[in-house]
Amino acid sequence: MPVRGSREGAYLDEQTLLSTGAPPPGAFAGTGRHSHLFGGQRAAAVSTASTVVFLGAVVALFVFAPGAAAVRHTFFNPQQMWQAFIGDPSKGLYSVGKGLILNIEMFLIAEVLILFWALVIAVLRQLRNPVLFPFRMLAVLYTDVFRGVPLIIVIFGIGFGAPALYLRGISTQSDFVYGIAALVLSYSAYVAEVYRAGINSVHQSQVAAARSLGLSQWKSLRFVVLPQAVRTVIPPLLNDFISLQKDTALVSTLGAVIEANRAAQIDSSTLFVYSSYTVAALLFLCLTIPLARFTDHLIARDVGRRMAGGSAIR
Amino acid sequence: MTGPEPTAEFGTGGDGGLRESELSGDEAIRLEGVHKSFGSLGVLRGIDLSVQTHEVICLIGASGSGKSTLLRCVNLLEPVNQGRIMLWGQDVTAPGVDENAVRRHIGIVFQSFNLFPHMTVLRNITLGPTRVLGVAREEAEAGACALLERFGLSDKKNDYPDRLSGGQQQRVAIVRALAMQPGIMLLDEVTSALDPELVAEVLGVIRELAGAGMTMLIATHEMGFARDIADRVCFLDEGVILEQGPPQQVFTAPVEVRTQQFLRRIVDAGRL
Repeated sequence: MPVRGSREGAYLDEQTLLSTGAPPPGAFAGTGRHSHLFGGQRAAAVSTASTVVFLGAVVALFVFAPGAAAVRHTFFNPQQMWQAFIGDPSKGLYSVGKGLILNIEMFLIAEVLILFWALVIAVLRQLRNPVLFPFRMLAVLYTDVFRGVPLIIVIFGIGFGAPALYLRGISTQSDFVYGIAALVLSYSAYVAEVYRAGINSVHQSQVAAARSLGLSQWKSLRFVVLPQAVRTVIPPLLNDFISLQKDTALVSTLGAVIEANRAAQIDSSTLFVYSSYTVAALLFLCLTIPLARFTDHLIARDVGRRMAGGSAIR
Repeated sequence: MTGPEPTAEFGTGGDGGLRESELSGDEAIRLEGVHKSFGSLGVLRGIDLSVQTHEVICLIGASGSGKSTLLRCVNLLEPVNQGRIMLWGQDVTAPGVDENAVRRHIGIVFQSFNLFPHMTVLRNITLGPTRVLGVAREEAEAGACALLERFGLSDKKNDYPDRLSGGQQQRVAIVRALAMQPGIMLLDEVTSALDPELVAEVLGVIRELAGAGMTMLIATHEMGFARDIADRVCFLDEGVILEQGPPQQVFTAPVEVRTQQFLRRIVDAGRL
């Protein structure tokens, strides 16, 4: 047995090891390089087999399902797919390809505006200057409302509401502009929260260091906190923009609803009940605002905990 | 304070233009009955302290005795609950005082360096002078380079903080504070987060500052260093200054039982 506390423990010979019940040298030989390689091959074979079986089952579902032929004809018709892509105005077919370009245009414009507007909202929510209290409250209200109301309702609200106001310069814009406005208003609320999470992730000691140099609260935010916060939130922001790119397609419903109303010969300004959108929006808010407040409570508690040992300044 | 506009220095509208010539007043810092608590926890429970210009004070005491909080209160990073803090004769805890103007004249260095990780060493140092004092960029960089040269960090000016050792980071943090040309330096356990072999380089910088006549308030666990450098040592215990005096007296013939117990623990740990 090794002598307790002596350095000999580090230089134990084989006999000592054996006598202490440790595995003898070579005891693990069976799991050496060769067997490891074999295990790797086996795993590859198993995963290949299971992939083949899975894909086979999916293909079988499409080939042998009762409605398989109809689905192939309607969803995967090569000729129709090509026509849809290039469009054929004489048959009243809009080009999906052109639609995509429009989509990308809207997405890019909206993204730039969102990045800016959301940052304004996030910063307003962060400033603790008592003079700015009303702005802080407005920013809270803004994020609550636009996170709470579904994007489709915001699109309808602006797309149909703005023209109904008969305001010069506002009511005569295209669906393109209304769509971007709705996307910016809605997404900025989410992105502002992402920014805010990034701002909160910058350690209080950084703020303390900045303030101790005599930098004002705004300058600390501008030069020390925000540059670090923005770096942190780039991955989650990209995630939101993937989502934005898809949701841009929802703007097309503006045109569709107008067409449907016209086809049904409904005078949209007098008969169609847009109030139903308002009711839907209010109901959603009743559900989402308590959730938002609860989230804020959790964040505040977390910040409070982190500040308990640190500084009271923001 | 004998300046021509004695009350405008830290006012909200003033430019905080406290000049070296005006810093010749004898008393740099004065704390009167300072209380500070976090919730129900009273951290400072009546601190009275006077620091003369060019004086080096070391604060010693167990963890949690209030050393760091005291420094943070002087820098207004923590608002005091009671009592007042005077800097060069002016009450900086009075309402309406521009805390940014006050902080311009006080450098603080933290235990955990707190360099800005997204800026180079040079930018870390010039941020305050350019954005707070309004110094031109070239001038600020020239000043920063001179300070880096003085403390042997010239070759690091374009590095980011994460490329530096702890000792180098802490020296940069000291340079960053000095670049504001403060009248007072507060050092908050600046060597506690360092590997033992890096402590000496940082202590060397502080020694140089003391030699140059910098007024300093130093919270430290380095008792040997405190004995060497301090003009006066204050022993903090449970939020009050229990004992203070020249290092020789406090370290060799402490009067208070709690001071004796504290120092015995330090000696037993081989730290003195």
